[in-house]
Amino acid sequence: MNNTPALITACITHYYKEFHLSVELHLPNAGITVLFGPSGSGKTTLLRCIAGLEHAQQGVIKINGDVWQDSAAGVFLPTYQRPLGYVFQEANLFSHLTVRENLNFGLKRLKAKSDTPEYHHILDLLGIRQLLDRMPARLSGGEKQRVAIARALVLQPCCLLMDEPLAALDFKRKQEILPFLRRLNQELTIPILYVTHAQQEVAQLADYLVVLEAGKVQASGFLSDTLSRVDLPLAQDRDASTVWNTTLLEHETEFHLTRVAFAGGTLSLPALTAKIGTPLRVQIYARDVSIVLEVPLATSILNVLPALITDIADGERGQSIVQLRVGQEVLLAHITRKSVLMLMLSIGNTVFVQIKGMSMLN
Amino acid sequence: MLTAADFATLLLTFNVASLATMFMLLFGTPLAWWLARTQSRWRGIINAVVALPLVLPPTVLGFYLLVFLGKNGLVGEFTTWLGIGTLPFTFAGLVVASVLYSLPFVVQPLHTAFLSIGQQPLEAAASLRASPLDTFFSVVLPQSKAGFLTATILGFAHTVGEFGVVLMVGGNIPDKTRVVSVQIYNHVEALEYTQAHWLAGGLLGFSFTVLFILYSVLNTTPHVK
Repeated sequence: MNNTPALITACITHYYKEFHLSVELHLPNAGITVLFGPSGSGKTTLLRCIAGLEHAQQGVIKINGDVWQDSAAGVFLPTYQRPLGYVFQEANLFSHLTVRENLNFGLKRLKAKSDTPEYHHILDLLGIRQLLDRMPARLSGGEKQRVAIARALVLQPCCLLMDEPLAALDFKRKQEILPFLRRLNQELTIPILYVTHAQQEVAQLADYLVVLEAGKVQASGFLSDTLSRVDLPLAQDRDASTVWNTTLLEHETEFHLTRVAFAGGTLSLPALTAKIGTPLRVQIYARDVSIVLEVPLATSILNVLPALITDIADGERGQSIVQLRVGQEVLLAHITRKSVLMLMLSIGNTVFVQIKGMSMLN
Repeated sequence: MLTAADFATLLLTFNVASLATMFMLLFGTPLAWWLARTQSRWRGIINAVVALPLVLPPTVLGFYLLVFLGKNGLVGEFTTWLGIGTLPFTFAGLVVASVLYSLPFVVQPLHTAFLSIGQQPLEAAASLRASPLDTFFSVVLPQSKAGFLTATILGFAHTVGEFGVVLMVGGNIPDKTRVVSVQIYNHVEALEYTQAHWLAGGLLGFSFTVLFILYSVLNTTPHVK
């Protein structure tokens, strides 16, 4: 696929009735970038402008140095001339064509062959080989969406744009697709722009996070940096969390525990079945983190780590949000404002964090 | 039984209706597509003009066509200048009148079919490298099969059944403009009820069969294997 790492540039202003979208974004051309925001924040409109499905009134859109739109120069490439892949909220398969014909629709137009190893790899990756001769009406919601993703991928696009691809699916179907998306990201080196309003999908998928609010960019940065910014509503949320990238270190079979390593330390988790060396994403909720000033001599909590307080902000109803650095990773803790005063916590303090629980994301 | 003259009117009717249907599909398809897609403020007016024959007495349409297509009419002068004479009381005139008269029966089913496809498949096609024209032929046409079937059958059947416009524009000239509906009228005028019965019964059977087939085909669910 595309091996030259470059930048996706989207600097646009777009008016639609009352709505005003005005963004200036430079996104990494690798991994999964999630565009996150409530409905009406402009995340879908932004994605549609990048795809050319919507014509932004003003702006520049560049991918890998290719100009897709430059209003000042009068350049606007129609969608069908942009080498992208697009996955819609509804799978949007052609109802008059079989799955196979849907998959080959774009390939025929590129005059590309369908019998390549990449093609078969994508069929296997998404597990749709046995569906090839079915009509879309005979597929489940999850199957349809997997076919739609494959249909975009077989064209070997320079980037994959996904507009809330899981929003129309129930919880079970979501759990069916999410692993495919992660594998996609790991096995094909294709940058993904992913629109969602679901916080869980952010934690599970994002490498890079853009937060949109009322047509403006509220934050844009690597996942942990953005999730842990105490000035954003994300950190205030009851489900606020940070995500650490770890690798599996060892199994402690007698205790049914698994130890994983992160940049700067180790964590103990309930036993996992994965092999040693497997990369794992660990999500730690801010509400599961407490702060102590000294290493507790006796505690039932296994994960006690030294940490540096890097930021503190007031939250709602007597809550405080504390941002900490643990090794190279960032952590959020939701504690009461009273605790902050009693422990006399301030930025620059060295403390210990106790992590009560955490969840694996893959 | 039917006479040779009756058969001639049947053949003529078939020719007029086939040709008119062909032209209606040719003009009606882009027109319906435009009506379904445009945001133009002209849409309302064009829509009204196309639908006019649905409510206008056929004689009114026939009268104006006679005026416009005639020797002193705008179109008439143009066709005379082209060297093809005037259209009223000719086979060609009959086809032109039929196209205008039956057009809404072709445009409206197509319009509805195009609208029901919606924006989504078109955007999917665009994201899969298909140009707008390509999309029209590879996505819109196959997904509008039922609409085209309805349009073709309604356009054809309605042309077969017209009377007022035909009489005004075409007249009653054997082998040139005398169609079945006019022939039935002639038979009744001459009190030849047996012949009138044969033709009228034939048209009744034809219309019923056509609609029966149409609705049977449309009721079978498409796109499911």
